[in-house]
Amino acid sequence: MNAPSVLSSAAFVDAKPPAPLLRVVNLRKSYATPQGPLPVLRGVNLALEAGATLALMGESGCGKSTLLHLVGVLDHADGGEILLDSVDIARLSENARAALRRETIGVIFQQFNLIASLTVAENLAFQARLAGRLDPQWQEELTRRLGLKTLVSRYPEQLSGGQQQRVAVGRALAVRPKLLLADEPTGNLDEAAGDAMLALTLQLVEETGCAFLMVTHSARLAARLQRRVRLATGALTPS
Amino acid sequence: MRETLWTLLALMSHWRRHPVNLATLILGLAIATALWSGVQALNAQARKSYDSAAAIFSGGGLQNLVAARGGLFTQELFVKLRRAGAKVSPALEGTARVGEKNIRLIGVEPVTLPRALTLVPLRETKEATNILTGEGRSFASAQTLRDLSLSEGARPKTQRGFILPPLVAIEKAPPGAIIVDIGVAQKTLDKPQRLSRLIVSGETRIDAATLAEVTGDALRVEEPDEANDLSRLTDSFHLNLTAFGLLAFLVGFFIVNASFGLAFEQRLPMVRTLRALGVSARALVASLVCELLVFTLVAGGIGVIGGYLIAAALLPDVAASLEGLYGAQLSGRLTLDARWWLSGLAMAGAGALLAAGSGLSKTLRLPVLSVARPIAWREAHHSYLRRQAALAALSLVAAALAYRAADGLVTGFLVIAFALLGAALLLPVALAVLLRIGESLARGPLVRWFFADGRQEIAGLSLALMALLLALATNIGVGGMVEGFRRTFTGWLDARLVAEIYYEAATPADAREIEEWTRGQRNIAAILPVWRAKTRLDDWPVDIVGMTPHETYSAHFPLLEGGDDAWRALHEEDAALISEQLARRLKVRLGDALDIPAPGENWRAKIVGVFPDYGNPKGQLRVDHERLARRFADASGVHYSLRVAPAAVAQVMAEMQTRFGPKIARIVDQAEVKKVSTDIFERTFTVTAALNTLTLIVSAIALFASLLTLSNLRLAQIAPVWAVGVTRRRLAGLELLRILLFSAGAALLAVPLGIFMTWGLVAIVNVAAFGWRLPMHVFPEQWAQVFVVALVTALVAAIAPATRLARSAPTDLLKVFANER
Repeated sequence: MNAPSVLSSAAFVDAKPPAPLLRVVNLRKSYATPQGPLPVLRGVNLALEAGATLALMGESGCGKSTLLHLVGVLDHADGGEILLDSVDIARLSENARAALRRETIGVIFQQFNLIASLTVAENLAFQARLAGRLDPQWQEELTRRLGLKTLVSRYPEQLSGGQQQRVAVGRALAVRPKLLLADEPTGNLDEAAGDAMLALTLQLVEETGCAFLMVTHSARLAARLQRRVRLATGALTPS
Repeated sequence: MRETLWTLLALMSHWRRHPVNLATLILGLAIATALWSGVQALNAQARKSYDSAAAIFSGGGLQNLVAARGGLFTQELFVKLRRAGAKVSPALEGTARVGEKNIRLIGVEPVTLPRALTLVPLRETKEATNILTGEGRSFASAQTLRDLSLSEGARPKTQRGFILPPLVAIEKAPPGAIIVDIGVAQKTLDKPQRLSRLIVSGETRIDAATLAEVTGDALRVEEPDEANDLSRLTDSFHLNLTAFGLLAFLVGFFIVNASFGLAFEQRLPMVRTLRALGVSARALVASLVCELLVFTLVAGGIGVIGGYLIAAALLPDVAASLEGLYGAQLSGRLTLDARWWLSGLAMAGAGALLAAGSGLSKTLRLPVLSVARPIAWREAHHSYLRRQAALAALSLVAAALAYRAADGLVTGFLVIAFALLGAALLLPVALAVLLRIGESLARGPLVRWFFADGRQEIAGLSLALMALLLALATNIGVGGMVEGFRRTFTGWLDARLVAEIYYEAATPADAREIEEWTRGQRNIAAILPVWRAKTRLDDWPVDIVGMTPHETYSAHFPLLEGGDDAWRALHEEDAALISEQLARRLKVRLGDALDIPAPGENWRAKIVGVFPDYGNPKGQLRVDHERLARRFADASGVHYSLRVAPAAVAQVMAEMQTRFGPKIARIVDQAEVKKVSTDIFERTFTVTAALNTLTLIVSAIALFASLLTLSNLRLAQIAPVWAVGVTRRRLAGLELLRILLFSAGAALLAVPLGIFMTWGLVAIVNVAAFGWRLPMHVFPEQWAQVFVVALVTALVAAIAPATRLARSAPTDLLKVFANER
């Protein structure tokens, strides 16, 4: 599939029907430093359709994770809009943001971020339980598909990095999110493990029909997704 | 609700993986609650006993009529009032000795007893008849019967040889008391036609004017809501106990604070993940509060039960102290109501909430992503140290201000409390500064790391070290005061108890007979009668003791103030020696004139000396015995001291007992009096010593809990050093050394703090509480002991975590690099 035309800071890409699940409009973010505010995002525009996959690339420190955190309502933007299902989530209250993270968005972190005192099974089910949407059959299937059946009663410290990341993927997908975000999910894995994990994730994403936005610095992995964009000097450019 | 529930379960799963940390947290809160509620149980039990004793005459809001100047009054006044239409009932109280115990003997007239009183069985016609006819009846509580090793129906015999009527157990009798018909009491106490009070029936009320019309100025009205003397006299004792309990609670509170603080630190990654997964801040805090509630119920419940057991264990010593010091009788069985249980739980809850409060507010205030970044917390800690230094300075200023305003017990405690708090807050700051100096002076890289890493470790250990400092300082402070008191007391006893034999005759007639015999004995070098009367000054009970002029007193009796002329003036003029506590209470000095209430007219006496009277809660005046006898016709003249050649003491005592038998109510030698006095002293401070030791144990647990909780977090700091070639064993040894140095630092600061505490207790608290001032003593050998205790405490607390580190598998350390957060 050919990549669509690049997003510019001034114009939006024409979304192919149906309307994009996610639209980022003129997003801005700076960090305070002793030398004054440091702009990281200078008016970013982005659109992502339901079921589509997009790789966000860029140099270290360019703001990829910042953009991901803003889209995942883990942080607050300085300006702009983030529309999810046409609702500007950047302006939601704290409780509404938490509800969104619980029920609509799944996040896979580079450092896995499993809860150390819960078993694999408990970690897998945790977000779905929080959202009140635990589906035992889907849970069972995820466990099997992710190769975790024999590990369900272990604790995260007893797993390898690859195994922990699979648990993190399972946890994020158990709630059947509309939007799945991944921040360098293969960063702590070797090449083979990373490839395998990504392949499995993309399979599951396709099955669930959620949109998938992945931050990566690997062009090889980014090529596996439908589209690629590059963040540089605070703006998105085609990759 | 669902969100909170699952969040709570996730949070509590942390304790499933760290059961030892959970155990130390629960233990800390439980011990703190136990020590506090144990002390409160002792106080509550005592007050219950005092109220029960007082209520025997004023229960139901009844007025009493008592001697205006204290002591007894003639039965004629009762007759006059009855003839004038006043519905009053006579009563007589006194102390009788049954076996080895002093018993409060209460004589009442059951027929005229007001209905409102709680002595219900005496109102029943049958019992009223029984008490008056045949053998009569004696009433006591079941506990009193057990204390006397007597059963119902037994007839107790007093030391003077009087046999009381058969005993009946009743529920409402106060502890340590036997109630009999007033005629029996008058005979037993040898107070014919004498009464100690008239109880006014609830149907009438008497005002001062009406009373004066009938009885002149002989009697006064005692309203039911007047605090009884016993409760007032023992206020200071109980306040001291409460202060100690509070200190113990605070030290235990530090454990809880440290445990909660470190638990937050350990659960930071989990909190970050929970927030990232969509748990709202509100749900997170609600879950944390629920967790707190669970801890409160579990730990508080254990603590309250522990408090009950501690109180039950200490009750005999407290009861003995109160009996010895104040003549108070406590029920030996601990009975507590629901309010005590609930207050213990409330204290546990308040402690837990306070301890977890800062972590809770931090969790609420920090944004989702900042929770993830450890640097945010580290910056928070630097500003925490600065804040701590500022708070320490404020506390020390508050201590100085409280000292300037110090005019009572509470301000005295505030001075000590603020100083302790200020020093404790300063400790981590001081250690951090010393470590920085050490780091800058260090040469080798490992030594530099030793100091730099120590500054990092201080953050997690500061509360535990503060708890250790408080416990050590308290040991030095209270220990110094007690030892100083012991030395002063022993010297004072030696000066006061110069006579070789002390005895009490059964009656004045017996006293005269015995005195005449003693005058004929070659072994007896001097006979010193000691006359006693009672009065009230500034509404405070005062004993007046009449002394004969003899070198036993002029050469030995200790005076704090008084010229060489004091003894001459005492016997040749209207003069008095006043006890230190009474002088403070009345704010009088040497040379002032004192108006002493006496039957007839007041006695104006010049103060010619001030003497120490340690352990006496009442005021005391010492006067010439002949002048006393002239002013107080009621003065008791049955007590005597004898100067006897030491080798002849046993022989003289045996001869007196053989010759006079029951005519001598009591006879003891100097050694026995000293032993009894010293025993009371020791038992009083047994409670203090027990609480001291428990407080030290609590601080050791605090240090252990902190080290254990830190040990997991410490891996991230230690792993890189191990990776570059330092062995685990060496690292463990360095950890141990660091803890020993921290504890030594705490011990060094504890010495001046403890000395300050001794001074505060001696110069402010004791003076406000008891009225006497002890000389200040310091005991360097105690400091050395405390230093060793600090090092041993640190060793005990640190050995397990250090051993664990030394034996940790390389994979544990490698995991730090594999999954660094």
